[in-house]
Amino acid sequence: MKKLGNPKSFSKTIFSLAFFTMFALGVSAQEAVAAAAPTAVAAAPATGSGDPVKGKELFNTNCAACHKLDAKMTGPALRGVGDKYDKAWLYKWIKNSSDLIKSGDAKAVKVYEEFAKANMTAFPQLSNGDIDNIIAYTMEVAPAAEAPKTAVGAAVGDKTEGGVSNNLILGVLAFVLGILVFMLLTVKRLLKNVIESKGLEVVEAPKGLPFWKAFVKNQFLMVVTAILFLLISAYFMYGYFMQIGVDQGYEPIQPIHYSHKIHAGENGIDCKYCHSSARVSKHSGIPSLNVCMNCHKNIAEFQGSKDSTYVEYTKEFYTGEIQKLYDAVGWDKATQKYTGKTKPVKWVRIHNLPDFVYFNHAQHVTVGGIECQKCHGEVQTFEVMKQAQPLTMGWCINCHRETNVKVEDNGYYKKIHEQLSKKLGVSKLTAAQMGGLECGKCHY
Amino acid sequence: MASNKKYWKSVEELNENSSIVEALQSNEFVEQIPVDAFLGDKENLSNSSTSRRDFLKYVGFSTAAASLAACEGPVIKSIPYVVQPEEIIPGVADYYATTIADGYDFANILIKTREGRPIKVENNTTVGAVTGANARVHASVLSLYDNLRLKNPKINKKEATWNEVHAKVKASLVEAKAKGGQVVVLTNTTASPSTDKLISDLATKYTNVKHIIYDAISDSNALDAFQAVYGFRGLANYNFADADTIVSVGADFLGDWQGGGYDAGYAKGRVPKNGKMSKHIQIEANMSLAGANADKRIPLTIANQKLALVKLYNAVTGSNVSVNSVGALDKEVEKAAQQLKAAGSKGVVVTGLDDFDAQYLVLGINLALKSEAFNPSDAKLTRKGDAKAVAQLVADMNAGKVHTLIMSGVNPVYTLANSKEFVAGLGKVKLSVSFSTKEDETAVKTTIAAAASHYLESWNDVAITRSNYSIAQPTIKPLFNTKQFQEALLSWNDNATPYYDFLKGFAATNLGGKSWNQAVHDGFAVTPAGNVTAQAGNFGASAAKLSTAKSNGLDLVLYSKVGMGDGQQANNPWLQEFPDPITRVSWDNYVTVSKADAEKYKLENFNVANGGLNGSYVSIKVGNATLENVPVIIQPGQAAGTIGLAFGYGRKEALKDEMQTGVNAYTLYANGNANQTASVTLTEGEHEFACVQLQRTLMGRGDIVKDTTLSIFNTANEAGDKEIYNPTPVVSLDHKEVAATSVDLWTSFDRTTGHHFNLSIDLNACTGCGACVIACHAENNVPVVGKTEVRRSRDMHWLRIDRYYSSEETFSGDIVKKVSSKGLTETVSTLQEMEDPSANPQVVFQPVMCQHCNHAPCETVCPVAATSHSRQGQNHMAYNRCVGTRYCANNCPYKVRRFNWFLYNKNDEFDYHMNDDLGRMVLNPDVNVRSRGVMEKCSMCIQMTQATILKAKKDGKEVGKDDFQTACSAACTSGAMIFGDVNNKESDVAQLIEDDRMYHLLESIGTKPNVMYHVKVRNDK
Repeated sequence: MKKLGNPKSFSKTIFSLAFFTMFALGVSAQEAVAAAAPTAVAAAPATGSGDPVKGKELFNTNCAACHKLDAKMTGPALRGVGDKYDKAWLYKWIKNSSDLIKSGDAKAVKVYEEFAKANMTAFPQLSNGDIDNIIAYTMEVAPAAEAPKTAVGAAVGDKTEGGVSNNLILGVLAFVLGILVFMLLTVKRLLKNVIESKGLEVVEAPKGLPFWKAFVKNQFLMVVTAILFLLISAYFMYGYFMQIGVDQGYEPIQPIHYSHKIHAGENGIDCKYCHSSARVSKHSGIPSLNVCMNCHKNIAEFQGSKDSTYVEYTKEFYTGEIQKLYDAVGWDKATQKYTGKTKPVKWVRIHNLPDFVYFNHAQHVTVGGIECQKCHGEVQTFEVMKQAQPLTMGWCINCHRETNVKVEDNGYYKKIHEQLSKKLGVSKLTAAQMGGLECGKCHY
Repeated sequence: MASNKKYWKSVEELNENSSIVEALQSNEFVEQIPVDAFLGDKENLSNSSTSRRDFLKYVGFSTAAASLAACEGPVIKSIPYVVQPEEIIPGVADYYATTIADGYDFANILIKTREGRPIKVENNTTVGAVTGANARVHASVLSLYDNLRLKNPKINKKEATWNEVHAKVKASLVEAKAKGGQVVVLTNTTASPSTDKLISDLATKYTNVKHIIYDAISDSNALDAFQAVYGFRGLANYNFADADTIVSVGADFLGDWQGGGYDAGYAKGRVPKNGKMSKHIQIEANMSLAGANADKRIPLTIANQKLALVKLYNAVTGSNVSVNSVGALDKEVEKAAQQLKAAGSKGVVVTGLDDFDAQYLVLGINLALKSEAFNPSDAKLTRKGDAKAVAQLVADMNAGKVHTLIMSGVNPVYTLANSKEFVAGLGKVKLSVSFSTKEDETAVKTTIAAAASHYLESWNDVAITRSNYSIAQPTIKPLFNTKQFQEALLSWNDNATPYYDFLKGFAATNLGGKSWNQAVHDGFAVTPAGNVTAQAGNFGASAAKLSTAKSNGLDLVLYSKVGMGDGQQANNPWLQEFPDPITRVSWDNYVTVSKADAEKYKLENFNVANGGLNGSYVSIKVGNATLENVPVIIQPGQAAGTIGLAFGYGRKEALKDEMQTGVNAYTLYANGNANQTASVTLTEGEHEFACVQLQRTLMGRGDIVKDTTLSIFNTANEAGDKEIYNPTPVVSLDHKEVAATSVDLWTSFDRTTGHHFNLSIDLNACTGCGACVIACHAENNVPVVGKTEVRRSRDMHWLRIDRYYSSEETFSGDIVKKVSSKGLTETVSTLQEMEDPSANPQVVFQPVMCQHCNHAPCETVCPVAATSHSRQGQNHMAYNRCVGTRYCANNCPYKVRRFNWFLYNKNDEFDYHMNDDLGRMVLNPDVNVRSRGVMEKCSMCIQMTQATILKAKKDGKEVGKDDFQTACSAACTSGAMIFGDVNNKESDVAQLIEDDRMYHLLESIGTKPNVMYHVKVRNDK
């Protein structure tokens, strides 16, 4: 008599194997990083004689402290300013407004009176061309209100797309496994049918061992399980150890709730207006409070409306935070005077490189022309500042491998670039090819 | 077949009857291990509430807790300025010109500050500045952050306010005026015209005020002699670059003689150019820096030096003062005299003999020579002390004549030989005030210890020479509640003007056309010195007096070490750990004796098993004063019949325990004279030195320090064959001798693109002064390890200056001797002989730092690739990668790698500047502070080269031809160290590498170093 094994136990084994496989696959799927790089917004077509792109830059560095395009600030809203005044008058006004006021120019006096007799800073360093550029920028048509929303939507779309592909793989896998299970069940039913139709007697196997005992007794399975278990735990251990000291996403609560979203995003203040030492020093520098007061002398309360897209807290909350600044710097709002009593702010430092790493901002910002966002993330969208990138050595090195050195218009690189590119037979040199991977360049 | 090899278990087995061997046969250990004492007490063990299991639990739990806690990053706070000063950008260094004037060292310097903290001293290289910052000046920035500084004024040892101090002093001054009591202002040489004005104002206001100037190490005799000839107190200046023949009689002019600062001029004449270099003859007792650099060194006793001086005088002026022979070396002295005469106006004589007649005669000889190097019109004004007036003061104090004594910058209780009398006198003074940065020996004995500001916290003006008017500006706000002496004077004068305004007004007439801002920016102004006229003098009489000089007993020559000076910076760990350039001993002073005298008095120096140097103790007696337990160093080149002892050690007050080293030589400084007659007696005990160099001679290894004579050098150059004096080492390749430079074990990389740094060291220009060693310390956060660690050869200096003596008369003699010895036994015995230096050896200094080999042996053995080579020629050391196997140090043929055996910062076991918050303020924020267990070494100041490159990049310009510097090359005033980019063909270093004198250290091993040396040429004419 033929002996047939118990098909039940076999199918159980298959199931457990399938379970492990799925688990392992799921883990590797976690590795895939969803990279959603926002695409640069294309510049609007230039209008008139000026270049609005350059104008925007100039506007942000020179005007944004006191002017907005569409709202009154310390000074008037500037959108369409070219229509309101003729150019010659604007040149005069921008280069030296107080002279114009003194000369008794009616328009000038009117503006002066309207804005609480606040003198506008003179900009003799701006050329007529520069002013044209700024005017060109202010003449740009206001973007449709939902423009930023679409950008956000696009970013979300990117993300879901990445998610779909992952889900797809998982789905297909589940499907394949499902079919497998179905096939096994079919085979089992078939065998049963065969046995019944042929009238064969099913030898009742003596009551077998329970599943887990059989599992334990099966040496092969035990070895495989042990190996799998070890591999999986090693994988997680590795992942755990590798994230020690990596503070990506570190988002501490600061003594003053400072919103980069409002300052750099909405108001478009240039990063280097406040972090000016990033241009010349190894430190980007936390701005000293007198820098804040350049604007906040005039901005005592938050003016954005609650339904604005960028506001995440109430108006009162933000105004309260401005008051914290006044307390720290010792500014009396009522008398508009400094009291001399200061309380330096103890910010929590977010980007901490270990002592054995030498990083120089000036090298990257001034010489390399790298955007701040490249390492700090889209700060202008951060309500609370956080560490956007891992700041690990691998991350640094990767960028050094991929980034071309900005050699144009820099006399320093002229000779070195010529010689090296000839030697290496390339037209563009990466930081790595310039020696940016050498240990001692960052560790000394 | 059984082996009949016998295996030895220990040396004890050599001794057949050793009980130890027997004991070991039956027991595992020679002595019973006392386990029973601990485990035998069963009762106690069982009653213990902590069982073994509990113990393991605790261990396990705390380990787990500690490792979990370590995973959590600390929260770091950043506090920006409320109002940021315009000139400070965090991360960018600012430089301020200022002037050091601490009474002993005077120089125009630059101070590098970071975030408002002074962190380094640099040379002020503006044309016209008085440069020459020595090791002490470089280290002075650390003294600013001395935790034991006097932080508050004290009255009777209790902290007081400045108002109380001023009230008390003023009351005393008024009382003195009313009662007719004498007021004495005792200061060091301030050389400050504005301070002098304030003191004279004080004298006008309170009448009976006397200003006495007191130099701890006196140049009184030289000043008296100069005054006798030129009518004012000053010291003749010398420009050795203008001299062809330099004869020095006991003057260590490359050390601290008359304030030092002569290295640059001297070195200029010492580098052979067009077949010429200056000739330097040194007649002296102690082996000094100048003597070590001399072409001809004649060791003589003090009396014989005086006779030699008379001989020089006779030869130059043609006089005929009868003078005895100086003994065996008489011919040499006569020859020197003739050479000096032949040099005529291109010759110059200097002397360090502490004797009026000797100093006077030297002025006479130089006048007779019409020496071009002799420059009395630009006289130095940095020594003004009057030993006689000080002696009179002590007498007056004891006689009760002095009512009020105000001191500033002096520490007479420590520096006076008759300190006891001074202390007794202090008791009779109604009010004594001491302005001092430390609560030193004097400040603890005075009524008022006034906390003085450090020079880096003060405004000041200094006239270093007659043509120099320097401004000192503060580089940091006073760290403590201190005031400078001038502010106090203004207050006592009832002058409400702040000292800054007073100084600005006072300086206006002295700036020689420079605006105040310009003068502060430059740090100095040059004013025309005006001529001086020599009064006719009877030099012959002085010569006659000198010719009668006779030795009776041992001549004790007191001197100052470049590392310690007069001892005011004794609490500076950099200076304590600085190895003396000659003896290479750190953390100590000692008496130097000649080999002959050592044998006579049975004095010994020997190395013990761990390499440490030990020496006998002696007690030295001068007159009635005895100095006990003075350790002995047998000094090659020390004149027989003389001994030397350095000032500045043996201090106790305001010093950390570790810094209380050495013996106080001032106790033997009777009448402020550095030349004394002494007797020594051997005493019990052995002294343990911390000497960083074991080897004294090169034993004929001519390829380490290549040295030749000017005649060989010139003939070779005429023949166009540098191989004669600078042979390229050869190695065997396929059984043929080929030049070592042509053989390569490795593939060479193309190094012609980008920068390629090289450091050039000219052995002719290097005087061994050691300024570079301290500059390197300051720049690179090199830790101080302390005496016991240095003794174990664990010193951390990235840059060492090796000093070698010849074992024959000359180094070339060594080579001849080594080469000519034949056979094994003869060679062995010859080499053993050559371990000992000659009685009057040639000396050579060789700065050695990491050679940054292009084919570095250290790089290939690092298991974790922590040390690697850069395209720019620097050998990198990634500390965070290092795991401390020390393979690299073992494989380094130059022995330049340093291992952090311990954590040297924030560690109470190493209580030096890195163990307190104040001392750590000196650290360079651009350089990592290394931790325990990692290797470190010279980085060729990569932080500086990178900063230079970044500056060029930011400016969009190519790096200037000589813009690259390292800390050592910037500190080197003699021009011995030149650093630069060899790929820039216009740079100095690119030319130096093509020089015929250029060689690499141990070229035969093919490491291809990026540090080059230049053959030392000695003038044998």
